[in-house]
Amino acid sequence: MLPTLFNENKCRVGVGVGIQNQKFSISIAGVGGSSTPVQKKAEESNTTTLTPSLLSSSVAFLTLLEVVRTTASIMGSEAQKVFDAKDASSMLMELRGTFETGKTKSYEWRVSQLKSMLKMTEDCEKEIVDALHSDLSKSELESFVYEIAMLRSSLTLTLKELNRWMMSEKVKSTITTFPSSAEIVSEPLGVVLVISAWNYPFLLSLDPVVGAIAAGNAVVLKPSEIAPATSSVLAKVLGEYMDSSAIKVVEGAVPETSALLEQKWDKICYTGNGRVGRIILAAAAKHLTPVLLELGGKCPVVVDSDINIKVTTRRIIVGKWGCNNGQACIAPDHIITTKDYAPKLVDALKLELEKFYGKDPLNSEDLSRVVNSNHFSRLTKLLDDDKVSGKIVHGGQRDKTNLRIAPTILLDVPEDSRIMSEEIFGPLLPILTVDKIEDSFHMINSKEKPLAAYLFTNKKKLKEQFVRNVCAGGLLINDIALHLAVPTLPFGGVGESGMGSYHGKFSFDAFSHKKAVLYRSFAGDAPARYPPYSPGKLRLLKALLSGSIFGIIRALLGWSKA
Amino acid sequence: MEAVAEVGGSYAELSQTFRSRRTRSVAWRKAQLQAILKLLHDHEVQIFDALHQDLRKHPVESFRDEIGVVLKSANYSLSCVEKWMAPKKVPIPLLFFPSKGEVFPEPFGLVLIFSSWNFPISLSLEPLIGAISAGNTVILKPSDLAPACSSFLAKTIPLYLDSNAVKVIEGGMDIAEKLLQQKWDKIFFTGSPQVGRIVMSAAAKHLTPVTLELGGKCPTILDSLPNPSDIKVAAKRIAGGKWGPCNGQACIGIDYVLVEDRIASALIESLKKNINRFYGENVNNLENLSRIVNKQHFDRLRNLLDDPSVAASIVHGGSLDEKNLMIEPTILLNPPLDAEIMTEEIFGPLLPIITLNNIQESIEFLNSRPKPLAIYAFTKDETFKKQILTETSSGSVIFNDVMVQFVCDTLPFGGVGQSGFGRYHGKYSFDTFSHEKAVLQRSFFPELEPRYPPWNDFKMQFIRLAYRFDYFGLLLLLSGLKRTFA
Repeated sequence: MLPTLFNENKCRVGVGVGIQNQKFSISIAGVGGSSTPVQKKAEESNTTTLTPSLLSSSVAFLTLLEVVRTTASIMGSEAQKVFDAKDASSMLMELRGTFETGKTKSYEWRVSQLKSMLKMTEDCEKEIVDALHSDLSKSELESFVYEIAMLRSSLTLTLKELNRWMMSEKVKSTITTFPSSAEIVSEPLGVVLVISAWNYPFLLSLDPVVGAIAAGNAVVLKPSEIAPATSSVLAKVLGEYMDSSAIKVVEGAVPETSALLEQKWDKICYTGNGRVGRIILAAAAKHLTPVLLELGGKCPVVVDSDINIKVTTRRIIVGKWGCNNGQACIAPDHIITTKDYAPKLVDALKLELEKFYGKDPLNSEDLSRVVNSNHFSRLTKLLDDDKVSGKIVHGGQRDKTNLRIAPTILLDVPEDSRIMSEEIFGPLLPILTVDKIEDSFHMINSKEKPLAAYLFTNKKKLKEQFVRNVCAGGLLINDIALHLAVPTLPFGGVGESGMGSYHGKFSFDAFSHKKAVLYRSFAGDAPARYPPYSPGKLRLLKALLSGSIFGIIRALLGWSKA
Repeated sequence: MEAVAEVGGSYAELSQTFRSRRTRSVAWRKAQLQAILKLLHDHEVQIFDALHQDLRKHPVESFRDEIGVVLKSANYSLSCVEKWMAPKKVPIPLLFFPSKGEVFPEPFGLVLIFSSWNFPISLSLEPLIGAISAGNTVILKPSDLAPACSSFLAKTIPLYLDSNAVKVIEGGMDIAEKLLQQKWDKIFFTGSPQVGRIVMSAAAKHLTPVTLELGGKCPTILDSLPNPSDIKVAAKRIAGGKWGPCNGQACIGIDYVLVEDRIASALIESLKKNINRFYGENVNNLENLSRIVNKQHFDRLRNLLDDPSVAASIVHGGSLDEKNLMIEPTILLNPPLDAEIMTEEIFGPLLPIITLNNIQESIEFLNSRPKPLAIYAFTKDETFKKQILTETSSGSVIFNDVMVQFVCDTLPFGGVGQSGFGRYHGKYSFDTFSHEKAVLQRSFFPELEPRYPPWNDFKMQFIRLAYRFDYFGLLLLLSGLKRTFA
């Protein structure tokens, strides 16, 4: 019954499930929102009792989020049904049906969907900005820059280039298979699942969807339940603007995600944390589904001493606190600098921080809040750790009611402290010191590979060493986070920070199968290829191979592996 | 216990070697590739012997499918590796000026390769060439079902290649499990979907990327060709491709043929002629054919034929020689589609021919089954070619020939769906074992003020224009000529 509802009234169902999720988001929010099996069980039973009334109530009362919210909590106890594996399976079947008609493969369809999404970002800008504000207190400018404008530029680029990307790539057919011609054809994988994160809930949901559509796939998007307002806006606007027979949104938390993961997808794209990444990979293994994992990690910033300190600190600040208050997968996690330079750097950071966010940053409109109380207490625990609580050199103020933590700098925290052993994902910035700046490379490489590593320096040699020696998803020198906006660079992690990459043409490729195609003619057969084998044939093959014009002679013979 | 210690010890040694960074140098990579060439050159006879022992491969077949293929790939990598290693510059939007962007390929680190028994030399060395070219350290686990080749590789590779960086560990499932418990930076697996699932599940625990080279039922579509001599060429290529390489025990081997009713008999006659010419007539006296790898697979194939309705469809061959594990090239005409022979990958010398009223039906026939590693199609009809290309899905499509895609270094080799994911051969092998590190270099100047808070309308306007790459607008804005409403 649910899939039909999704079709006819995605917006309503979306709202309903969204509320239910929000209700649970607090109890289940880990980093990125998974939970232990025990918790999961509890949630499943909870949701089972809750949802149906949510659905019916939301369908009945509809549109006004606030109204439905109230209703949901009142009618919660009457609920009985949640989006389960059966629903997921029938939704997938419907999408497969659509895919098999070949509709999504046409250039026209892809372009119409991308254009429609572009229009949506224009028509619904206010709605999106409001949702982001409600989920994260993101400032309008930040929402615009990092979510809406980024998506638009991704859409514009895709629309401009799609024709070229879709063309088959002619390759030289080697002389071994002469006479022949060869090409590589990009074909859609089929029906793909995109599971996104709460920190950039709009961009990280739709940017992969852009790639999936561009490559001609049908898509199911599961936005994060930890950003419920954005999740329900996505469900609503995609329902209105996109072809609902090929692009669907499923809102929900662990039970819904589990139901989706039981299905056989042709590709899964997940943005989030390594713990859930492992669960997704294991689920995908059952169906041999390839997976794109965009995870995070502790992204280090190495600061040399010969730099323009004002520019450096400003770029670090806007990359750390100006990107969702540190809740970004490419945000600087910690700084590594020399012992001598550290005090100077701390002073400069303090100075610029005050210029940006004022004397009372807890009340700054330009800083996002911490997403929820779970993450708030996780972050305060990091600060209250005995090993680090005395190391705070700036900030440290917190406001539990409004889920705000001021930009906080810590100096010389021990490497075995908790803050240095897990991804911080918040407004805390530890500074580690080394004797020689080159020592930082070893320090980075002795930890798990991060999604990004940053270096500020003017020394050419140090840059070269950094590029050659430091292993990370991407490297950026003398700036923060900006490589994300360059569509000609692949964006993705390595090791613990993920696998696969996207952005620009890489997104198209991530959702395409590169089919090898070889055209042969009926002529050009050499007897050496076929049995009966004789010593003569072997001698011939060997003689040919040992000669320097190895390939050419083989071609003359048309010799090839049969 | 000993095996556990061996796995642990080798793993530790590999980590140390990788950390020493010596596997990253061009010189090291080239030296290893040259060592592979020398190994093949010095031990050709031993390789022939090992392949004969494991699979009764004829030396010419062994040279063509195993030694020659690897020689070609090693030479190709040797000549290209330096070019592949070079960072690739990428264009950067003007807005970011001045900056420099490049993609810097770097080795993953510790790589585990599982190879399979049907081409025990080439399916071990081909991925090894990729892993070495990309600068990784490697543990190779050859299949224990080709024991002579496995032990040859284990004995010989350490004599030629850097033994602190490339190791061969022999063994069966128990060793594979031990290996899979370690955290690898990449796992490359050739084999069956069942084991592929196990490998991927184990890799999930460590977030290890995996390339799976699986198989599937690769179909051959034979259109009605206007010229009778073309049918002969097609039949010759099918006969050479089906039974030639390892007697049908190949992941890109032809599994079955789709053909229109009216051509079926001509095809069968032509196939029979080629079989007689290539392999002989008597099951006790077959030449140039590999044997079935072991008793278990022999029984599996016999069971496929034992189904009475399948047995009734045999139109050629069908004799088995259990003592020598030989099965005659066997052609079946229209076995039931729900019989195991048409639902499972055959991986042996049985060739079902399925007739259709119209060759167009083949598209639907293929689409109702899992995606194969390769589709072969003999046709001169350009529209039909296009249809096959756009309406079906498979790892690769080859027109008018079979299996030759394996030696085409410029084409990616790999599956999709049930036939696996990831690709290799040539540059793709290098890419498969490399992380493409994005590198962006910026300077400290110029500094764009609107990037920074506190936010205001001017900054919003600036960013709006910047994202549109509206440089003229930006100029107006900066010179105060444009009004600053958000």
